[in-house]
Amino acid sequence: MAKVLMKGNEAIGEAAVLAGCRYYFGYPITPQSELPAYLARRLPEVDGVFVQAESEVAAINMVYGAGSAGARVMTSSSSPGISLKQEGISYIAGAEVPCLIVNVMRGGPGLGNIAPAQSDYWQATRGGGHGDYRTIVLAPNSVQEMADMTIAGFEFADRFRNPVLLLSDGVLGQMMEPVNLPEPRDYDVNSKKWALGYKGSDKTERNLCSSIFLDQDELEEHNWHLYQKYQVVTDLFSKGEFKDFAVEEHLCDDAEIILVGYGIISRILKTVVEKCRKRGIKAGMVRPKVLWPFPTGVFERLAKTASQFLVVEMSCGQMVEDVKLSVDGKKPVFFFGRTGGTVPSDFEILNEVDKLVRPD
Amino acid sequence: MSSKVERIILAGFGGQGVLFLGKVIAETGMHAGKFVSWIPSYGPEMRGGTANCSVILSENEIASPMVTVPDTVIAMNRPSVTKFNQKIKAGGMLMYNSSLIERQEFRDDIRLVEIPANEIAEELGNPKVANLVMAGAYSKFSKLITFDDLVACLPNLVKGAKKEMLDINLAAFKKGFDFVEEKKYMFGRYVYSVFKGI
Repeated sequence: MAKVLMKGNEAIGEAAVLAGCRYYFGYPITPQSELPAYLARRLPEVDGVFVQAESEVAAINMVYGAGSAGARVMTSSSSPGISLKQEGISYIAGAEVPCLIVNVMRGGPGLGNIAPAQSDYWQATRGGGHGDYRTIVLAPNSVQEMADMTIAGFEFADRFRNPVLLLSDGVLGQMMEPVNLPEPRDYDVNSKKWALGYKGSDKTERNLCSSIFLDQDELEEHNWHLYQKYQVVTDLFSKGEFKDFAVEEHLCDDAEIILVGYGIISRILKTVVEKCRKRGIKAGMVRPKVLWPFPTGVFERLAKTASQFLVVEMSCGQMVEDVKLSVDGKKPVFFFGRTGGTVPSDFEILNEVDKLVRPD
Repeated sequence: MSSKVERIILAGFGGQGVLFLGKVIAETGMHAGKFVSWIPSYGPEMRGGTANCSVILSENEIASPMVTVPDTVIAMNRPSVTKFNQKIKAGGMLMYNSSLIERQEFRDDIRLVEIPANEIAEELGNPKVANLVMAGAYSKFSKLITFDDLVACLPNLVKGAKKEMLDINLAAFKKGFDFVEEKKYMFGRYVYSVFKGI
């Protein structure tokens, strides 16, 4: 298929359809509204269902329902709307229902503003709602990856029976870039044995999707079961099948300073690395593409060869904590951030690098 | 202007079609086999407020899609000149809509191209195509997209449009391109001298 010039938000919508998603429930909020707008037009063309719910809370619970019935289903919102959805996400994680949740981050806390930000990292990677649970968090950095990771997100969700969060931001949602759309995939709603209404060979199974375990022992057993699952997921992303999917390294082998950033920041860091190299500064970049499970291994390894790390985020410093945990005190980890909707320029980041490598 | 990459900021009033103008340039670049990116401003704007977008055309993969120092600013109204004039790279270009922006003391280290886009569009019978006049003019300077690329790409941009709409868009491209070709624009030093009364 030829390349198409699309907005990031629209690319997610089209990729979802190609992945076999036929159900979308959401509520509009800038800067992600192009996504529900796209699906409102597109889903009816493929006999899908689009519902603009009465609220974010209603939307996430509709996702819970459709996901429990075995459908590929998604919702999307931006920061304040994702906060509203947290209760539902916790229930979905507890009941082990696969679904895709898209967060096109904007400035917070509170109502904040509608400009791009990355200040929902903690919320995304620590569960977000109540209870001991995790969501797999994917962080695209281009419109192409908005599409690719949407498809990957549905696959991960189904495979691990777990909600997957696509963590994007206002720039990626709004920007247009050429996209190669993949071939559509067939998805059979009747493919999950645990799902409500699953039809076995001769009868419909009596299944139940729930996060309620009134008996203490049962709940403890369930929580340890979830924990085990998260361990399996962590292993697959850190040293197993998805090791290479989880992280991108750029010119790290001989790097003295490693710049770390995810999402749109990683694009800017790539430019900074180029400029550093031209000036004779041995800089490299690490970009976590999966934020939970966090790719700790790459930092453990680079802590042996590099002399320092600089984490750059559009927040007051959230992912930097995971980088520090991974580097484990072996090398200094510095932070530079802009917040409130400002995207740092390559010049300001370069200035920070200069201060670190040439302290005089 | 570097031959490898062109960073452009396009700005004007809401309704002047600057976001579409950016899309025309980006989509043309894509069809011409270049790497492209397009980022709009999407702040809480009021009616009649300003809009802008950043476009990059490149022979190589685009690392940062953010444009902080543009090679070219295409300004459709006066506030856009005020906002972006100082950001243009030395040796870069300010292409401005002289129908709405009077000649003034611009920087003298950039190339100035004045295009009476509204007047040209009105001559064509549709003031809405002023943005496409600018696209035609830009293609004269670009090293990454040509006038022919613009023409070839147009059907992708105005899908399902009536033939007369397609024709007027093509005419707008042509008028803008010809205006530059006939060197009716002025270069920086010259405008500067005129202003200074030298």
